[in-house]
Amino acid sequence: MIPSLSWKNIWRNKVRSLVVIAAMTFGIFGGLFTSAIYKGMSDRRVKEALTKEVAHIQIHDPKFIENPEIGLTLPDPGGIVRFAEGLPGVKAATDRLKIVTMINSSAASSGVTVYGIDPDKEKEVSELYTSVYDSLILADKLKLTDPALIGTYLKDSTGSWFGGSQRNPIVIGETLARKLKLKINSKVVLTFQSADGSLTGGSYRVCGIYRLENNAFEEMNVYVRKPDLASLAALTSEDAHEVTIFMNDPKKVGSAMESIRAEYPDLDVMDWKTLLPDVAMLNDLLVVSMIVIMVIILAALGFGIVNTMLMVVLERVKELGMLIAVGMNKLRVFNMIILESVLLCLTGAIAGMGISAVVIEIFNKQGIDLTAYAQKGMEAWGYSAVMYPNLSWNFYLIVAALVVITGIAASAYPAWKALKLNPADALRTE
Amino acid sequence: MNIIEINNLVKIYDDRKSVPVTAINGIDLNFKESEFTTIVGPSGSGKTTLLNMLGGLDEPTSGKILIDGVDLSQLKSREVIDFRMRNIGFVFQAYNLIPVLTALENVEFIMHLQGKPKAERLQRAKDLLVQVGLEDRMNARPGKLSGGQQQRVAVARALASKPKFILADEPTANLDSKSAETLLDIMERLNHEEKITFIFSTHDARVVAKAHRVITVEDGQVKSDEDYPEH
Repeated sequence: MIPSLSWKNIWRNKVRSLVVIAAMTFGIFGGLFTSAIYKGMSDRRVKEALTKEVAHIQIHDPKFIENPEIGLTLPDPGGIVRFAEGLPGVKAATDRLKIVTMINSSAASSGVTVYGIDPDKEKEVSELYTSVYDSLILADKLKLTDPALIGTYLKDSTGSWFGGSQRNPIVIGETLARKLKLKINSKVVLTFQSADGSLTGGSYRVCGIYRLENNAFEEMNVYVRKPDLASLAALTSEDAHEVTIFMNDPKKVGSAMESIRAEYPDLDVMDWKTLLPDVAMLNDLLVVSMIVIMVIILAALGFGIVNTMLMVVLERVKELGMLIAVGMNKLRVFNMIILESVLLCLTGAIAGMGISAVVIEIFNKQGIDLTAYAQKGMEAWGYSAVMYPNLSWNFYLIVAALVVITGIAASAYPAWKALKLNPADALRTE
Repeated sequence: MNIIEINNLVKIYDDRKSVPVTAINGIDLNFKESEFTTIVGPSGSGKTTLLNMLGGLDEPTSGKILIDGVDLSQLKSREVIDFRMRNIGFVFQAYNLIPVLTALENVEFIMHLQGKPKAERLQRAKDLLVQVGLEDRMNARPGKLSGGQQQRVAVARALASKPKFILADEPTANLDSKSAETLLDIMERLNHEEKITFIFSTHDARVVAKAHRVITVEDGQVKSDEDYPEH
């Protein structure tokens, strides 16, 4: 009966309660939508980093990350791959050569990291191939069926993930292509020091150009077939500088790393958070900052609720005196006022969360396109200029808990004032 | 048998900022079961203060109030509230119903505080509203009831907890003659038939006219205490 009474009390002064509820609704919506934008950005960045850049786990020689010398190869990389693929939660693993080189075009040169990969196996640990605008996929999307048209308008401009038959194919990023003025079939030369210490170089033809939301990655990373690179580097096709592991179940990263470390104690086993500390830090900080944003919004709203609840108590002094007189103990009076405040806050919060859930869902499907305003800046930092707001249900629960705490905190002082009422004095008030 | 014994009751209001005021100055009184008693006196005579102390709403400066042998001054604050809930019914001048609850819910509310089961309290609340002649207004909120009807709901509410006695502070002050007459008839009938003890504080001659005992208070003291069994 007390909860029912508290609920009915809220609607005594409809306008005042609706103003508080509206403030709470908009406040919660503002906080949740802002949080959803940041969460969407961060999730997208993490997903891109995991699926197209570093995967979940990488294994190297302990000295390789600090000093990526060509001679610091892994012992028995094939064995490591087989071991990793046998671990629970692992989707696939592959080994790569990874060499820091100079890349030269007829127009310019740049420093890059070249990966020697098995293109088919790479598809199991990285979705980078989906970012190469394969001419046939694009033709299908554009509903072009005429081979002549495809050859004329698409083949040269899009390329594929090692789909052609030319010698020494190379896939490069779009930013690098622009910098070196390269297009499909352009020739580039890679120059580096081979494993035997001699300066070596080889020419490659651009077979595909990938496009990510991370300009720095596009500019710094190129991909060639492993045997092509191994022969140039005076290494064998079995040699590898790193093993990359992609997980089906990301929750098992920790246990997989422990197993690998136990099996290969002399190797450096790192997860994506160690490989990309900036992304990991922002991702971890995000939840905290989202909660801080909500706390600040709720604290601001809380002062308004304190004011409202003080009015509620002042207006009902006589009635509260009567309730105490007829036997409602002070704890119940206190709880009734607290409950009134909590219900008032929750009503606004539920409305705010409902609106947020709908709006976030709509924009999650459509995206918020800021390419016209912020593409360069955002992609320079690895973030997409098209944002897809996203928020987990857990966060809604956290916010609901914060709202309850706000309701309690905001009404504690007014409820305490009610506790201090002397029923005889209260009954005398007009 | 006495249900209330008042021994040398004194109440002095002293807020330490102004001159102390003696509201009750050494009152000794007893009240028996089934009394229909009126406390009268001019404004400021101390009758409301006396009623408040009888109801445990105010503490005496000295002296004792024993209700059914229980010394209220020996009880802790929350025990006094619990004691009030189980033993004392209140009817206030301004009705003081909960505006968001219906007449039925207002009567039921105190039984909810007592922890009575839903079915029991619903049945008793209905019975009481029938007793005060509001069987057709049970689901009306106080705002939709006349002053007299609201005061009848207040009487039903006061009866709901099955108290030992009911304290009524100027219950007819806000009512027109007809409503006041109806209310007094109901209370008189409850007193006759159900043996409910009523103690009024009033200026209203109509209440005094129906009382079996009239206690006159002046300057915080009992000036006269007369029985009118023929009323």
